[in-house]
Amino acid sequence: MSANRPLHLAAEIGGPPHYDAGHYLALARLAERGALDYVTLGDSFARPGLDALSVLSRIAPDTDRVGLVPTVTTTHTEPFHVSSAVATLDWVSRGRAGWNVEVSTTEAEARLFGRRGAAPADALWREAGETADVAARLWDSWEDDAEIRDVATGRFIDRDKLHYVDFAGSTFSVRGPAIVPRPPQGRPVVVLDGTSAAAREPAARHADVVHARATTPEQAAAIRDDVRRRAAAHGRDPDTLRVLVALTVDLGDAETAPEPGLESGPLLAGRGSYFRGGPVDLAELITQWHRAGAVDGFHLTPITPGRDLERIVNGTVALLQHRSLFRTFHPGGTLREHLGLARPAARYALARTAGEEA
Amino acid sequence: MHLAAYFPGVNNTTVWADPRSESQIDFSSFEHLARTAERGRFDFFFLAEGLRLREHNGLIHDLDVVGRPESLTLLNALAAVTDRLGLAATVNATFNEPYELARRLATLDHLSEGRAAWNVVTSSDAFTGENFRRGGYLDRADRYTRAAEFVATARELWDSWTPDGHSRPFAHSGRHFTVSGEFTVPRSPQGHPVVIQAGDSDEGREFAASAADIIFTRHGTPEAGRVFYADVKARLGKYGRRPADLKIMPGVTFVLGDTDAEAQENASEIRRQQVSPQNALLALEQVWGRDLSAYDPDGPLPEIDPDPDSALVQGRVRHEDPFVVAARWRALSEAKGLSIRQTVIETTARQSFIGSPQSVAAELSAFVAGGAADGFILVPHLTPGGLDDFVDRVVPLLQERGVFRSEYTGSTLRSHLGLAEPVWKG
Repeated sequence: MSANRPLHLAAEIGGPPHYDAGHYLALARLAERGALDYVTLGDSFARPGLDALSVLSRIAPDTDRVGLVPTVTTTHTEPFHVSSAVATLDWVSRGRAGWNVEVSTTEAEARLFGRRGAAPADALWREAGETADVAARLWDSWEDDAEIRDVATGRFIDRDKLHYVDFAGSTFSVRGPAIVPRPPQGRPVVVLDGTSAAAREPAARHADVVHARATTPEQAAAIRDDVRRRAAAHGRDPDTLRVLVALTVDLGDAETAPEPGLESGPLLAGRGSYFRGGPVDLAELITQWHRAGAVDGFHLTPITPGRDLERIVNGTVALLQHRSLFRTFHPGGTLREHLGLARPAARYALARTAGEEA
Repeated sequence: MHLAAYFPGVNNTTVWADPRSESQIDFSSFEHLARTAERGRFDFFFLAEGLRLREHNGLIHDLDVVGRPESLTLLNALAAVTDRLGLAATVNATFNEPYELARRLATLDHLSEGRAAWNVVTSSDAFTGENFRRGGYLDRADRYTRAAEFVATARELWDSWTPDGHSRPFAHSGRHFTVSGEFTVPRSPQGHPVVIQAGDSDEGREFAASAADIIFTRHGTPEAGRVFYADVKARLGKYGRRPADLKIMPGVTFVLGDTDAEAQENASEIRRQQVSPQNALLALEQVWGRDLSAYDPDGPLPEIDPDPDSALVQGRVRHEDPFVVAARWRALSEAKGLSIRQTVIETTARQSFIGSPQSVAAELSAFVAGGAADGFILVPHLTPGGLDDFVDRVVPLLQERGVFRSEYTGSTLRSHLGLAEPVWKG
């Protein structure tokens, strides 16, 4: 049954830094032409490059369908600002925003802010989970129909449909409600790399999409099962999350044979799974892993974005489409629709109406 | 003359009940207003900021427009649908950190090819602070020392790349910030984004004279404008700056009609819409600091005195002694026989330019020629079409008079404003 799950594909468009919009726009349009679910843009305070959320906001009006998922870190930022910025990306993209949650572990990053020293990954990921949690609460803090424009009573909003979140985390607290009205997707899509042990738990609790590095279909399936089991333990329906295998791809010279040993799977290299071969080989790998029911899809990081993304879209994706394994167009408009994820109801609205019915 | 467009948001300038009023949050509204401003060859588009919803008497304020996007994210998207228009974001220096904000501002300057501006505001407000790690603990004086050090630190970061495109380590150690490392963004197309300062206090004026490119004021009358203009321009010399280095731009409203009489009628109607019966009582409560909901907005002012220790209003700054304001309102009400609502309509009107397009163009020109301002930040009362008439009917008259550009001559906001690129401090 699992082999019939729709295949989801996403691609990273970062790489050596560019300081203009055109480079990133061209890559996002390419991904959009390939009907990919979303593009990601990695970010860090400590390596050259522009602010990722700003870049994806800049290209939002010039794209139509592709999801836009910037990395926004949680260690030195303000949770309230982060939630507002991601919600605004959802507004300007008309429902295509996601947020790749990351932490800043290094002393170098800490010194850029001078507010707190570096901290262990466990503590930072706990805080990241709390940030994702409070962001979701802030996105829910306006009910969808809070704006009423009632001329008779002079009221622009119904204040009973705005809610304080009163969140107290381990390192911050937020009173709420949000300043930004509830975004088009209700909640923008939260993406989290759950490869590391420290990140697995916040991923299972708070993410809509989990990226995970794996080198065999069996390993990918085990991670997926683990994430789903943990999600269920938190009271979530595991079918409301997607697990995508994160793969760095080097498509080198178009149709060369893969490196020895790759026929059975990608090489393990560096930070995780690494594929080197031709676009057709990559399509084979995706097909095999997907047929095995091991994954919901793939998040591909081209080693050279300009070259490899073109080969992914025109080679790998075209072949997957030809095999009817991947869609040829975006049937919906929002990132949640691409991923087959329902638009969540606002929790405070549910609580309020439940209270009224009781 | 310089012109900017303000997106009318959270205040009672906006007539949201008008059938022509559309979304305050959909991107299409921002796109409409920005494209109109660019069609009119405006210098820049200006966004305010919200960090906590206002409350009145412990309840979220519900009578005016509530909710808005985050400024910098929105402006990056507007950079995609405009070519020349400057893009100004209001961002608080109290609840942000220099490294992150300098990076986001430099990013906007790169992505817009040199059109970014930052309106520096401060807050000392524990109420707003409840949404942030920092909380609210700065006293009034510290707000400005932090803001000044914030801007200086941002400038150090913006200057930290070499002209041939290499990053150099920076280190700043001061009273409010001790930061070091390498900035991730090369020097941006304008060198530094344009810095705007809003605020009328002595500290605010001094801060603007030392560090800002534009000062955003409320002095909307020619007399008050001239006094303010002379004062601020005179402060520049001690910082080694020339009068032309700081542009003075009051925020003003406008109402047009085919004739001056029709414009006055339109203005009266707009004032009535802005000051609903509920808004009139609210304005009264904001002065009195008391629950006055039992009063009739069409009846007389209350006889009780304001409560000087009231915590009724939060999220909005009080500028004046409530007893002084109450006495002024009472005197006006008695002299003219005005009800509560009529008194509020009369007293809370911001100075506006009201008249036919010819009259408004003449007044605006005289204001600038008379040394009361370098230009205006126009606050329309309708979203998103509130600037259309001005651009279609007043701008051509300003252009005929030769006081406003007919075409952009440069591509950056600094070039529109006639401001030099900041000296690169290596």
